[in-house]
Amino acid sequence: MNFSDSWVARRSGLTLNDLEKVLANALSKGGDYADLYFESTETTSVALDEEIVKSAAQGFSSGCGVRVLSGERTGYGYTAELTIEKMLQAASIAACIASGPAKVSRSGFEHSPAHRLYEINGPGASLSDRVALIRRADSAARAADSRVIQVMASYADSVKHVLVLTSDGRIAGDVQPMSRMNVQVIARQEGGQPQRGYSGGGGRVGFDFFLTERTPEDFAREAVRQAIVQLDADEAPAGEMTVVLGPGWPGILLHEAVGHGLEADFNRKGVSAFSGRVGQKVASELCTVVDDGTMARRRGSLNVDDEGIATSRTVLIENGILRGYLQDRLSSRLLGAAPTGNGRRESYHYTPMPRMTNTFMLAGESDPEEIIRSVKSGIYCANFGGGQVDITSGNFVFSATESYLIEDGKLTRPVRGASLIGNGPEALKHVSMVGNDLKLDEGVGICGKEGQSVPVGVGIPTVRIDRMTVGGGK
Amino acid sequence: MSAPNNRTEEIAARLVRLSLEAGATEAEAGVAEGAEFECTVRLGELETLKEAGSSAAGVRVFRGKRTGTSSTSDLSDDGLRRVVASALALAEVSMEDPSAGLPAPAELGCAEGDFDLYHPDIEAVPPELRISLALRAEKAALDFDPRITNSEGGSYGSSISTRGFANSLGFLGSYKTSSCSLSVVSVAQNGDSKLERDYWYDMSRSFARLAAPEDIGVKAAQWTLRRLGARKVKTQKAPVVLDPRVARSFAGHLFSAVTGEAVYHKSSYLAEKLGETVASKCVTIIDDAIMPGGFGTSPFDDEGVPSRRTAVVHEGKLETFLLNTYMARKLGMTTTGNASRGLAGNPGTGHGNLYIKPGTKSPEEIISSVKNGFYVTELIGSGVNIVNGDYSRGAAGVWIENGRLTEPVHEVTVSGNLAELWSMIEAVGNDLEFRGSVASPSLLIGEMRVSGT
Repeated sequence: MNFSDSWVARRSGLTLNDLEKVLANALSKGGDYADLYFESTETTSVALDEEIVKSAAQGFSSGCGVRVLSGERTGYGYTAELTIEKMLQAASIAACIASGPAKVSRSGFEHSPAHRLYEINGPGASLSDRVALIRRADSAARAADSRVIQVMASYADSVKHVLVLTSDGRIAGDVQPMSRMNVQVIARQEGGQPQRGYSGGGGRVGFDFFLTERTPEDFAREAVRQAIVQLDADEAPAGEMTVVLGPGWPGILLHEAVGHGLEADFNRKGVSAFSGRVGQKVASELCTVVDDGTMARRRGSLNVDDEGIATSRTVLIENGILRGYLQDRLSSRLLGAAPTGNGRRESYHYTPMPRMTNTFMLAGESDPEEIIRSVKSGIYCANFGGGQVDITSGNFVFSATESYLIEDGKLTRPVRGASLIGNGPEALKHVSMVGNDLKLDEGVGICGKEGQSVPVGVGIPTVRIDRMTVGGGK
Repeated sequence: MSAPNNRTEEIAARLVRLSLEAGATEAEAGVAEGAEFECTVRLGELETLKEAGSSAAGVRVFRGKRTGTSSTSDLSDDGLRRVVASALALAEVSMEDPSAGLPAPAELGCAEGDFDLYHPDIEAVPPELRISLALRAEKAALDFDPRITNSEGGSYGSSISTRGFANSLGFLGSYKTSSCSLSVVSVAQNGDSKLERDYWYDMSRSFARLAAPEDIGVKAAQWTLRRLGARKVKTQKAPVVLDPRVARSFAGHLFSAVTGEAVYHKSSYLAEKLGETVASKCVTIIDDAIMPGGFGTSPFDDEGVPSRRTAVVHEGKLETFLLNTYMARKLGMTTTGNASRGLAGNPGTGHGNLYIKPGTKSPEEIISSVKNGFYVTELIGSGVNIVNGDYSRGAAGVWIENGRLTEPVHEVTVSGNLAELWSMIEAVGNDLEFRGSVASPSLLIGEMRVSGT
């Protein structure tokens, strides 16, 4: 691709020569490195409740961020107006972080390598195609069970165009599709409390995905199933016990317990519970955990990260031993480590930082049925809401939305309102069985860090954790 | 419609006009324009410097009872025409909704008075001073005690923004706000102990009223040090004292349960409790959107309805839900001026300055009244279910024995059901302070399940 054919050139009329001037201005007071991050995002969403399509919304956002790195320092400015004047102004602001003689950036730009993980062929969906999708979900949910009293369905998709140019002479571009469908239902039976069920999914996929692979009916039936299970649920037990996590979304445990603590910025600064522990045992030898941004069509995947570096597969924990961190450009420079392609940002309003992509545990050898049979008394968690971690102490918590008691090796009654709490470097040491049924989540994860949200994926096989604190009401 | 006073009003009025010309039967538009500054320092060195200005606009159009919304960061002539065309196309695919539409003309307007939202002193602070405030705050934390061994840094930020709003019923208004904030996150370690971190911050609409950097640094250090050597406790039922910085989250949960949307969806445990007792008698919860200088203060809501002060819970009784125009129509009520939205999408419900009214006891008196209980200073995780009231979150704090704070506690959860927890509030402290738009004094909850070993 020539720059002159890019969306930036077409929309703004800027030339490569202009952008070299902006980079030169960014390094006019010294600094080690500068880059430009152009972004243009278009989002469309439709939502239905009470059987009415009440809202349909679109958003258009575009702009450019200019960054300068100088040692451990970062200067940043951005603009929504893609004119040479505004870009030079943003560069002057970013330049202030350095103080020294001007640096000369290389002239000319070479293309950076990039994956091809989510090319979408075929026509896009019309607005009425999108509306048809959520109406199908509504009908299916209402038909599934007479105790359903409320259905809220939504569908959203976006396309983000990204172009990164660096002072070391690199250019990288990407077109990033994302779509997601959500179905939430409220069910109630005579005289009882209302209960909520939720299901959703998607990824960097085309509209076809929702017509052939995961249909509105699939999501609707799953949301109803979860709400109906809750109608008969007791309060969860409390205290330390054996916990079995089901496959898929419960991989959020890894995201909270391990993933955040292994982001290089925290470790570079020595403020993570995992700081300085590479080579040490932080999990049972059954556990191998990876972060992989190169999986086709996954929600957390990227052809290049938001610093123009191709994503990769990084082994975080190998057979229980801590192996490595997730790097962005700044941390990999300062630590002298190879880049891993984990520099991400929410939008051009923000500087990038090390973030997860798709984080999961590799499959083990146990039959999942056998794992449940092995537990005399404990809890089985099939689904979770959100989680949170204090990366310094390593303490994390996450909340189950669907769980069952295990009594004498059998799943018995559903329970509700359970939170699991543990400590990152300790929790996985108690993993005693890992299933052969690795599953990735449906494509709904959103990760928040320092005020920036990015889409992520998680996954895990069925695992048995011998000891973990469960906070229930009973 | 009167003449526009600034660029945000001018663009909002133009969007409304363009929408009507393009076939909308009714329309409203919001425009936000602002500038932000942020600097962070770490271990005595400047780490990041960020400064930028931005603006964006959103429009909501109606074609009869069909609605479409669209937003953009491109405020050029083409950008505005595109966003109007997009909203009208979207209105074509949405469905007739009898409750859709703008507020009644008589409901529109601005609350009267000076709300003290903008102070030019914030813009006048020189960049060197901004950086030195962050440095001084961090230094105060690092110097406070040798066990403060590291820092995630100090940060000073400020922003100025103007929000303009117009609709096709003739409403046109805008307001300008300023804010600044200073924070420190410090890290402590005692010998080979586990690392702990904690923070303190202040924020204000006026630079003159921002707390001294040394006070913020010392508080961050004190909060961090009191976590060193934390342990789990046995699983038990015990009284819980919530420090103000976590008690405020309970005000937030109550807000979520009384929004019109949660009520008409029947997705709130309070949906059928209007006029009933939902908390103990010592609980009064106010939503005050006209409190001068507040972070939740505005002259009008995001539909152009005047902001006001509303008692949501009075001495334990649920007095009202919080509504925008749409929800009010759904429920056969009138709007409470709580419409809130970003520039995109249909309005939801927002609060002004939401707080629990202070009682008479000092936090020390409350703690000394507890024989064996848990003083909670941090809550993490998302285990709050507004539909059925289930509550279970991760907690850290200090154990109370015979009325005195003893050992730090962590890696436990506190749980119960919101309906019961509110009814078990036995004392409300006199220590209400605003640092943002949600606040609460210390609260004593008679009994919660504490899960540990």
